[in-house]
Amino acid sequence: MSTSLENAIVEVCASVGNEPSRLMDVAREIQARFGCVSAEAIDGIHTHLGVSRPTARSLVSFYSFLSEKPKGRVVIRLCDDPVDRLFGHDRVLKAFSDELGIPVGGTTTDGAFSLERTACIGMSDHAPAALVNETPVTDLSTDKAREIVAELRAHMSPDRLVKKLGDGNNGHPLVRSMVENHIRKAGPIVLTEHHHGEATRKAAAMSPTEVIRSVKAARLRGRGGAGFPTGIKWEMARAAPGPRKFLVCNADEGEPGTFKDRVLLTEFPDRVFAGMTIAGYAIGAREGILYLRAEYAYLRRFLEDVLAQRRAEGLLGKSIAARHSFDFDIRIQMGAGAYVCGEESALLNSCEGLRGDPRNRPPFPAQKGYLGCPTIVNNVETLACVARILDAGPATFSEYGTKQSAGSKLLSISGDVGMAGVYEVPFGVTLRDVLTMADSRETQAVQIGGPSGRMVGPSEFDRTICYDDLATGGAMAVFGPDRNPIEIARLYMEFFEDESCGFCTPCRVGNGLLRRGLDKVLAGRGEPSDLVQFEEVARTMKATSRCGLGQTSFNPVLTTLASFRPLFDSLVKEDPKKFRRSFDLEASTREAARIRTGGAR
Amino acid sequence: MSEGPRFTLDGREIPLVPGQTVIEAADAAGIYIPRLCHKPGLEPFGSCRVCTVKANGRSVAACTYPASPGMIVESDTEEVNAHRKLLLEMLFVEGNHFCMSCEKSGNCELQALGYRFAIAAPQLEFQFPVRDVDASHPDILIDHNRCILCSRCVRASRDLDKKEVFGFVGRGPHKRIAVSSGTRLRDTDADVTDQALDVCPVGALLRKRVGFAVPVGQRLYDKVPIGGAPVVPEAPVAEEGRA
Repeated sequence: MSTSLENAIVEVCASVGNEPSRLMDVAREIQARFGCVSAEAIDGIHTHLGVSRPTARSLVSFYSFLSEKPKGRVVIRLCDDPVDRLFGHDRVLKAFSDELGIPVGGTTTDGAFSLERTACIGMSDHAPAALVNETPVTDLSTDKAREIVAELRAHMSPDRLVKKLGDGNNGHPLVRSMVENHIRKAGPIVLTEHHHGEATRKAAAMSPTEVIRSVKAARLRGRGGAGFPTGIKWEMARAAPGPRKFLVCNADEGEPGTFKDRVLLTEFPDRVFAGMTIAGYAIGAREGILYLRAEYAYLRRFLEDVLAQRRAEGLLGKSIAARHSFDFDIRIQMGAGAYVCGEESALLNSCEGLRGDPRNRPPFPAQKGYLGCPTIVNNVETLACVARILDAGPATFSEYGTKQSAGSKLLSISGDVGMAGVYEVPFGVTLRDVLTMADSRETQAVQIGGPSGRMVGPSEFDRTICYDDLATGGAMAVFGPDRNPIEIARLYMEFFEDESCGFCTPCRVGNGLLRRGLDKVLAGRGEPSDLVQFEEVARTMKATSRCGLGQTSFNPVLTTLASFRPLFDSLVKEDPKKFRRSFDLEASTREAARIRTGGAR
Repeated sequence: MSEGPRFTLDGREIPLVPGQTVIEAADAAGIYIPRLCHKPGLEPFGSCRVCTVKANGRSVAACTYPASPGMIVESDTEEVNAHRKLLLEMLFVEGNHFCMSCEKSGNCELQALGYRFAIAAPQLEFQFPVRDVDASHPDILIDHNRCILCSRCVRASRDLDKKEVFGFVGRGPHKRIAVSSGTRLRDTDADVTDQALDVCPVGALLRKRVGFAVPVGQRLYDKVPIGGAPVVPEAPVAEEGRA
């Protein structure tokens, strides 16, 4: 092993206290410095961090932003989110590819550039967008792609690509990003002014039980989409035995088309950290972790600075708000590119330096979570709501929205709308009103993201956004009359196929089966029996998948099928001779022909 | 009948020992729940999902879900068996399982379950993936074409052999078994006496030069189907051929 690599590994391992559960941080840092975590580096990590080679190799191979093979000094990752795909992704990708002279997935021979496609980077309001190392570049065109490559060739500094700073904290010296917040509608709960430090001080004047009572009185439910009552979840962790507990903020929003947490973390990080501090106090945790998705690494230094300020003001650290024994601090754990880590038990594995495979349940994280300790994982928006509840009182919060769905919901709206961006709406609003707000005309379909994500057509536009009707994590991709709903559903299935962790059979195989099934239908080779098979595969995925990903990921297919049945019916037909229409004689005999003629694969 | 906590499995009351999973309690009571990744003696894993049952109306994996007093478990029902059959089909089409040329034939748990569930030919389309064979080791063969990612070898090597020869790499459809050296099995400390070689349910991990030692007709599943009496009475007889 080269001395410089070995020295770096020793130094990086020491920086995390030689703690094996911090493998993720070590791997990320080695990747950043050397462009890969090579077999040699894995040997070094094995020696110096005490992590087995299979464990280290498994981690490196799992996350999109880590690799065993060398990457270029500058990696351009173009977002291939469904919205981006419909807004010129292919042309921009081709421009990058032509300009760099490498295919997607390739690295230039001088080791300067790599070009990749990556899952949703949280910039669908800026589609097409890309990450250049950690720097987001937005609203791309083929011309911009060529300019970016030319500029990078000259200086190789992604941060110098930022000419015009975005609004708000995007222009903060520690962010310096071209990203715009696109806050289109601010509501009275989350996207509103608040008194800095007030919520934390008010909580400190109460007992933890009283804090939980307040959150229950506000009827707060988890904003990830599943909608579990937050107060009840906290009570479970509070009641769980154990001297050490953890509060984790899930900032791994990865559902295609979601970006509201990006905006919350940019403009209201103080409120999110206050929510974490209050939640930690309520459940009896002294340690908090913000799990920040790798795509938002450009916000990290800024967020660290906000944490430092809170420490300086006595809002974080020992004896918070001068209350004896109210101790709580937060560290930021970076992810490395894996949608499934938004699933809470996968996120905990990721925090422990493992593959992001979800865990078996029971035990639930509230009983046995991070490092085996009782742990609560809450969504960024949920924690922002917590701060508001403590700041303004539960009544102010629960007055807004509906009885079953109190408060507001942040929506990330993108696609065929005039005003893509973030909207804070009261629960109970109709989809039609939301579409009007976003200046959408002639909408054909809306993909509503979240655990019960679904494609809805115009006949369902009078349904309401709330837990009892259209429950959503907040992503809303809008598609106009020229889009093909089946093609859109296919893009979503491609995403889930790629992002399945691969642990359990139904999710690992099922998503691919559905994606290929849609390919077949789109190619005009589908049969009516294929549509029946979609439903059979979906039923088995729902019943037997190990986590929420596989239990719901078929929804784009089933809901598109339900909303656009005539379109499917027009594309599938039975072969008059009962032959399988998808059978391709030439493709099926290609391998045999190759062997016969002795040709290359 | 003995005293103590019990639960109901397909209408039968069976005893449980606190800490037991559903499948462990069922095994102890002599009731077979189909499974692939589960193997007594190895840490429960829960990846194949073939042992899915309904516990108090909720689908769970019997190999990881704790048995609790009074719970009602449904296993041998039309609905649950339909899911199992489709899961088995998924495993068949995901890999390249050519039973007629596989030395594990007759002793293969996937094949045996295929027969038990009367899978004449999968309804799902074959994927025919291009996968490698690692024949580098003098005594051991890994055929990735047949691997169903059950992790039995991973767990056995780690927990029984104390070696950690195997691990998983990749994600989603790209997930596969890898060896600790990162390249070839021969560069690891794998040995022909490893217990990891005894646990593979399919023909993915094999000792060399011992194939086809048992004649057809005397193999493990030639006379009695896996798990005893088959679910489907008219299951086809065990003919050689592609399952």
